[in-house]
Amino acid sequence: MSSETLAAPDAHAEGQQHPIRLYLIVWFWLFVLSACSYAVDLLQFQGYVRWGLILMLMLGKAGLIIAVFMHMAWERLALSYAILVPPVLVLIFVILMAFEADYTFFTRLEFFGASPTVPAPVVH
Amino acid sequence: MSDPALTHTDPQPGLTGFVSDWSSDKTAFKTASWGKAMIWIFLLSDTFIFSCFLIAYMTVRMSTSEPWPNPSEVFALEIGGVHMPLILIAIMTFVLISSSGTMAMAVNFGYRRDRVKTTALMLLTAALGATFVGMQAFEWTKLISEGVRPWENPWGAPQFGSVFFMITGFHGTHVTIGVIFLLLMARKVWRGDFDTGKKGFFTSRKGRWEIVEITGLYWHFVDLVWVFIFALFYLW
Repeated sequence: MSSETLAAPDAHAEGQQHPIRLYLIVWFWLFVLSACSYAVDLLQFQGYVRWGLILMLMLGKAGLIIAVFMHMAWERLALSYAILVPPVLVLIFVILMAFEADYTFFTRLEFFGASPTVPAPVVH
Repeated sequence: MSDPALTHTDPQPGLTGFVSDWSSDKTAFKTASWGKAMIWIFLLSDTFIFSCFLIAYMTVRMSTSEPWPNPSEVFALEIGGVHMPLILIAIMTFVLISSSGTMAMAVNFGYRRDRVKTTALMLLTAALGATFVGMQAFEWTKLISEGVRPWENPWGAPQFGSVFFMITGFHGTHVTIGVIFLLLMARKVWRGDFDTGKKGFFTSRKGRWEIVEITGLYWHFVDLVWVFIFALFYLW
């Protein structure tokens, strides 16, 4: 028995085999979603439509990368939850800081009297 | 497999599996090697770092009473007399996504023990990563020459500069480290270290083909962070 045949079962156990086609499809969709994100800026969507589209496209791309490229879809839940749940809890931090920022903004307006204006035009 | 005790400890699927894995008082991650578990935990800690940066950015942007410079115009370029908003960032995004695609293929060929294709794809990934860093250097140079500093800029809220340099600088550093790591691992793959069991100069231990996937996980993470920076900083 050569070392080659001995190593084979171990080799099979450690790796993940998926068809190249799957990666190409995901790659294609990442390109499409990125093009859509860029289009959101080009077409000058504003307000809630803009935020909604940006966040949806962002989460779509992130999901594809994590699930397929990083193989999270094929990991056991014990690992997926250990890695994916903590970042979700960061959202609480986001909410806390949003309150804090609102308060700072309020005090700045109240005590310094500055008010938001239109951004200065960009001249290169 | 006639021993019932053995079948009892076989990994269970779904939620039951999640609970039994975590409460098994030994290896919680049944199918992930230590290397893979460790890179995931490292990436989780890195996620917290970038979360802090992005949350800090949200906080200063929401709380400033001065207007925030319009990124669409700040990062616009004149190409052949045509005004193109945000074009450089769009190209950088496509370059980084392409590099993620080539990296995914490299991992795939790595597990098929295809030395030539794995090396070629890893080198291509590194080249795309280096292109990204180059374009970022161009972007920094342009903004610095236009008067953007961490404490001021000509267009509005001074926080814009500090956020820009901190977030893109930290991300660019990650890409640079990734490129170096890719080149080192590509050399090992090319030399056949993982087939011959050659010991690494740093760890003095035999490398395994799995390192290609671990390098890949880091690289995809760098791409992932860019997805968030692109959406929240450049498009918002």
